[in-house]
Amino acid sequence: MTGIRFERVSVAYDGTTVLDALDLTVEPGEVMALLGPSGSGKTTALRAVAGFVRPASGRVFLGGRDVTGLPPHRRGIGMVVQQYALFPHMRVADNVAFGLRAQKVPRREIPARVAEALEMTGMGEYGRRYPRELSGGQQQRVAIARALAVRPGVLLLDEPLSALDARLRSGMLAELARLHRELPDVTILYVTHDQVEALTLADRIAVMDRARLQDVGTPRELYRAPRTEFTASFVGNANLLPVTVGSTGVAFDGVELQVDTQGVAKGAAATLCVRPHLVGLGPGPNRLAGVVGEIQWRGATHRLYVDVGGHRVMADVRELRRPPAPGEAVEMHFAPEDAVLLAAGVSRD
Amino acid sequence: MTRRLTWALPPALLLAAAFLYPLALVVRQSFRPDTGGTSLQPYTDVLGSVAFREALWTTVWLALAATACCLVLGFFLALVIAFVPFPGAKAVARFVDVFLSFPSFLITLALLFLYGTVGMANGLWTEVTGAASGPFRFLTTPWGILLAEVTYFTPFVMRPLLAAFSQLDTAQVEVAASLGARPGQIVGRVILPEALPALAAGGGLVLVLCLNEFGIVLFTGAKGVTTLPMLVYSKAILESEYPGACVVAVVNVLVSVGLYGLYRVVSRRAGA
Ligand SMILES: Nc1ncnc2c1ncn2[C@@H]1O[C@H](COP(=O)(O)OP(=O)(O)OP(=O)(O)O)[C@@H](O)[C@H]1O
Ligand SMILES: [Mg+2]
Repeated sequence: MTGIRFERVSVAYDGTTVLDALDLTVEPGEVMALLGPSGSGKTTALRAVAGFVRPASGRVFLGGRDVTGLPPHRRGIGMVVQQYALFPHMRVADNVAFGLRAQKVPRREIPARVAEALEMTGMGEYGRRYPRELSGGQQQRVAIARALAVRPGVLLLDEPLSALDARLRSGMLAELARLHRELPDVTILYVTHDQVEALTLADRIAVMDRARLQDVGTPRELYRAPRTEFTASFVGNANLLPVTVGSTGVAFDGVELQVDTQGVAKGAAATLCVRPHLVGLGPGPNRLAGVVGEIQWRGATHRLYVDVGGHRVMADVRELRRPPAPGEAVEMHFAPEDAVLLAAGVSRD
Repeated sequence: MTRRLTWALPPALLLAAAFLYPLALVVRQSFRPDTGGTSLQPYTDVLGSVAFREALWTTVWLALAATACCLVLGFFLALVIAFVPFPGAKAVARFVDVFLSFPSFLITLALLFLYGTVGMANGLWTEVTGAASGPFRFLTTPWGILLAEVTYFTPFVMRPLLAAFSQLDTAQVEVAASLGARPGQIVGRVILPEALPALAAGGGLVLVLCLNEFGIVLFTGAKGVTTLPMLVYSKAILESEYPGACVVAVVNVLVSVGLYGLYRVVSRRAGA
């Protein structure tokens, strides 16, 4: 089993640092999502593992072996990219056999290995087709089969679903989850800017922003207890309220709110993070009073945008029989344990 | 239907007037021996002569050899320019374009300056050794012509190849490498197959151009090397033997068209 370890890996193009001292360990058999906005350096990190960019400093380890200076073809990885990159002049079966032939797998073993990989991705019927005769989703399956055929210890996926439409994407997401259950030994590094993909698929998520690793944790940890404002707003939605820390709670817009203030100095400025779906309508503890700015019906829920002392607070509540109209005064509340206090200074720098 | 004919007519007429008519004149002349009348006499005379058969053979092997060399060299150079990152790769690619616009004799002239009997290489040799003449004499041999043709025509292969390489998705190359393919395997199994059409196009062009090349052969001053175009020239201009010249010209055209056709068939078989 092969894990991945980044040890202070930095990459620069023309003097601009696009990956800044990345320290990250992916355990063997783990699915790690690299999540972040466009240009945050996710692909660069993945390419450093594959060997297509040479770090300016730092080391990359695969299965405990330092591969920093190793050429790509000797790293034993599988790679799937956004635009499939199938070989257009080869039939599907030959595409899948490519890695086996390159690695000098005995000739008589190849057909079975190809069939196995195609079967696993549900493409068993299509071996004789050319890539141009397949739909986008089918091409991506072939690309995945091609990467899996060589039985890599590490599978690198760079936005593998982003060229597909929304429905196909959720189907493929389920398939990827199934593939990982069937191949529990394969370590997966999954680059995406889609938080749903990351939350669904990953054992842990590494959040990246502006060339830096911002946060690492299980989806639940990052969602429940984000450590930075950036994580809070990028992994799921969040209300981020500027507060001042008191002795038993915080002051927001002159109102005392009861929250856990452990670890934050009294009198300091901080940010209070509350998920919109944990904000309830009506009176209760930790009361927030404001005026409805906008209300959206979203089928099962209503999303309210409420102006509280000049700050916009979002609340997702079960569909309301009689929703308030814009301009109406409302009361909201949240449970003390549902709020997370973020000390100032750990926000995105 | 008539509409289409009307549109097709002017270009067809133009083609006939500018190209087919003079060609027909040449063909007609080739059946008119100086002794008068219409006969196959010029053909039997020319095809029977040793000079003609030697020229035919020289022309064909020189063209085939030059094409083969251009394909190998052009593929290799284009590969380096397109895939090996080095400073100035863009400038080199740009220069290839400019090179195509040079007249062919210019290259021969440059080679003369370098390797001719009074060229730089021989000059240096005589200066250093004190000998009466230098050792470089290959320019007036078929090898000199081959060198000049390869030098001049290689960019004709590189141009379409560079265009094809710029279309190739670099992700394919990277995926191939990640799957364990070494650079040589990537070239042979990914890049070459996808570049075959461009390679075939460039090769076909070079083959035909070489078969009909005149300037290079003339400028090397290789007395003993006669190609079909040279033979036409010497018969028509130097000997004023028009029917014979026309026979050679007709054969030259047939060889060009024939070899080019064969080349297309072969390269299509090869999947290009
Ligand atoms: N070959 C390159 N030359 C110069 N700059 C580059 C190169 N590749 C990437 N960059 C820059 O590096 C930064 C990070 O790029 P990267 O591709 O890693 O981002 P990303 O997080 O994958 O973004 P996206 O979600 O848009 O794919 C970007 O600002 C990009 O412009
Ligand atoms: Mg990217």
